[in-house]
Amino acid sequence: MGKYVVKRVLLLFFTLFVIMTICFMLIRVLPRELPLEKNLQAVIQQRWEALGYNKPLLVQYAIYLKNIVTAWDFGTSWYIDFRTPAWDVLTGRLLPTVLVNLYSLVFSIPLGLGLGIYAAVKKNKWQDSVISTMIMVFVSVPSYVYAFLVQYFLYFKWGLLPLAVLSLADAGGSWFTWKMFRSMIPAVLALSFSEIAGLCRFTRAELTETLTSDYMLLARAKGLTRAQATTRHAFKTAMVPILPMLISSFIGILGGSMIIEQIFSIPGVGQLYIKSINLFDYDVFMMDCIFYTFVSLLAGIVVDISYGFIDPRIRMGEK
Amino acid sequence: MNDKEMIHLTADELSFANVDERITDKKFDDKPIGYLKDAWLRFRRNRSSVVAACIILAIFLFAFLTPLINFRYDSRFLDSYYAKKGPRNLALSNVGIADGTTDRDFSERGLLRAVAIGVGAENWDGTPVTIAEGMESYYQPVRKVADPALKEDPKSGQMKELYSGKIDTYLEVGFIYRSVEQEEYRRILAWQEETGIRVLYPLIENNVYNEDPTDANFWYKSYSKDPVHVNADGSVQKLRYKGSTVLEDNYKRDADGNVVYYEYTGGGTFETAQFKIRVLYYNYYRYLNGFEPEYIFGTDSQGYDLALRMADGVRLSLLVAICVSVINLTIGVVYGAVAGYYGGATDLILERITDILAGVPFIVVATLFQIHLAAKVGAIPSLLFAFVLTGWIGTSSRVRTQFYRFKNQEYVMAARTLGARDPRIIFKHIFPNSLGTIITSSVLVIPSVIFSESMLSFLGIVKLGGADTTSLGTLLSDASSIWTNYPHLMIFPAIIISLLMISFNLFGNGLRDAFNPSLRGVEE
Repeated sequence: MGKYVVKRVLLLFFTLFVIMTICFMLIRVLPRELPLEKNLQAVIQQRWEALGYNKPLLVQYAIYLKNIVTAWDFGTSWYIDFRTPAWDVLTGRLLPTVLVNLYSLVFSIPLGLGLGIYAAVKKNKWQDSVISTMIMVFVSVPSYVYAFLVQYFLYFKWGLLPLAVLSLADAGGSWFTWKMFRSMIPAVLALSFSEIAGLCRFTRAELTETLTSDYMLLARAKGLTRAQATTRHAFKTAMVPILPMLISSFIGILGGSMIIEQIFSIPGVGQLYIKSINLFDYDVFMMDCIFYTFVSLLAGIVVDISYGFIDPRIRMGEK
Repeated sequence: MNDKEMIHLTADELSFANVDERITDKKFDDKPIGYLKDAWLRFRRNRSSVVAACIILAIFLFAFLTPLINFRYDSRFLDSYYAKKGPRNLALSNVGIADGTTDRDFSERGLLRAVAIGVGAENWDGTPVTIAEGMESYYQPVRKVADPALKEDPKSGQMKELYSGKIDTYLEVGFIYRSVEQEEYRRILAWQEETGIRVLYPLIENNVYNEDPTDANFWYKSYSKDPVHVNADGSVQKLRYKGSTVLEDNYKRDADGNVVYYEYTGGGTFETAQFKIRVLYYNYYRYLNGFEPEYIFGTDSQGYDLALRMADGVRLSLLVAICVSVINLTIGVVYGAVAGYYGGATDLILERITDILAGVPFIVVATLFQIHLAAKVGAIPSLLFAFVLTGWIGTSSRVRTQFYRFKNQEYVMAARTLGARDPRIIFKHIFPNSLGTIITSSVLVIPSVIFSESMLSFLGIVKLGGADTTSLGTLLSDASSIWTNYPHLMIFPAIIISLLMISFNLFGNGLRDAFNPSLRGVEE
């Protein structure tokens, strides 16, 4: 197992390096735009010269890698936050993204699991068909439609909650105030619908499969009640694929949802991404690309490894 | 006959049957059922999938037939005065839907301002018209007014006397000023004569009683924003909203006291001379286009017909999705077949390549392709490239698994012994076995592509908002900041994209169940 983990981690860094190289080449060859103001223009131009932005591409990449290794420097933001390190720009926006997604997960995991289990236990009864139909609808409808619906009902129609997430200053200077939490509720709800439906569908599918397997029949034959057999035997097996999925959702909260961040104006990583493209802030864009790549790779590897830890029958890569 | 009698049968009571007939195996009456037919039979039994297929068909028809049915204009038809207007259809408005109206609470001042448009439409020669007469006008935007009631004003939050009513948003545009050449003016006059529909209305005097000289709707005398009656001594008296009230016109008159319909504004020669005229926009629209404004889904934020724009968007989505599905299918099948069939080192290398490609987040690929290629090959082809770059991986890994399953089976060995070459074994012998998986996965790709495409255009990463092309995502993102005032801008595109997604998912699931009955009810 240890060998496998090491192998996967090395592969992760190799993949990340390849993707990073490609992204760097593609981003650096883009034309850079200078601000209109003369003084600022001269300053930025000189800084770019000093940072080696005008050297050959491979040399630039060497400098970039050297800076990362020696000083953990991923470049500088020139437009979003003038002359702030790209790393700081990114990490500064991580918290809102993580918070909104975390709230959404905390809300949707119990609901999704519960509904999924309920549907599986009541399979082929009306409760199951109602839940299955809802799942189909909620999984398919795009998240921005929920966002509009939530905004329409909670803000426009009933006036219960604010339209968008408050800025830090409006909410009392902290991400953890009640006011801030309240303003995040619409975004959290909009995120949760498809999350709940997805989780519910997965749970239902896994549990129905285990509930119809032979050892369940054996358990009943031994004299366990249906409830006992379900809780003691079926749940454990069904959790094997469900747990890694939950873990990957927890890693996924780092990435967040760009659309939801855009609609509810959450100052998070996704919004930073859109902003960096629109403002041609390429160092930040590059940073964001690396970040997204890393998160998706990490989610993949953690899922694969956690399978191995959870279920001794599965030891991937060990032959 | 009961059981006891049955037992006491004797031999002579029995005789041979069918002595003269040859008894052989019966021939099958019906044709054998093949794989595809079997799948079709199973698919037909799945009611929700059949319904989904019908909805998909309906959306296809909507996307392709709407531009054909609407022979009056194409999707590039733009009218900026009628932007963001609600659904309006003359035939349907008789039953109370799609009448282009919206509910609104008026202050007395606002109500008078709106009502004045209808009154002004009747008062085209300077003869006084009462409000009650004006309310009967065909061009009266205010459709219904309730008695005033105390309500909270949405703007100031104070309690105010408000009239709740209904207003036709198309007629609300009212009058506008236009600058036309002599020739055009004559044509309008001739058209007016021919049809009996009045387009030209008197110009307005620019004096202290004219509230806003650029707005052609203030044809009545008003002072400090309220319509007034001007006494002989020059003092003013505020007018109230009442049926018998007569709004005093402020029309420009010539020396003889007749109202003036045009005014020379500039230009040298006879042909190029410009004349300022005041037109009732509703009828001017009829003059320009030959029909009354009718938009079944309303108009979008720029003034295009929303139904046609949506048809355009759906067509684009479907086109992109189907192209991506076909290309991904081709690449995925070939790649997966090679990796799965040959295995070993080939498989290992190909798998590493997929690992790396699969690691690149789609949004990054799409963005980079847009930035680099959109200017050269256009936004849609570069979007296609982005989808294709990583999209085939899912298909290829499914095909690869199938090939691993089938490649060592006896019939493949038999084919190889008979001298079949690799391509023949791959495509003739193994490939048909994985057909079900492939068809299913290529159908399920469609909704995900539609979603990604709408997401990218919604975020503005892919810019598709031109006159020729639009996408549902662009329509939604245009609506996203203003839809609380114009809900139809959001509702119709949202409904159609949700329907598309739901029905394609249902359809795909139905196909999967049909091709692989053992997977029934088990969803990935």
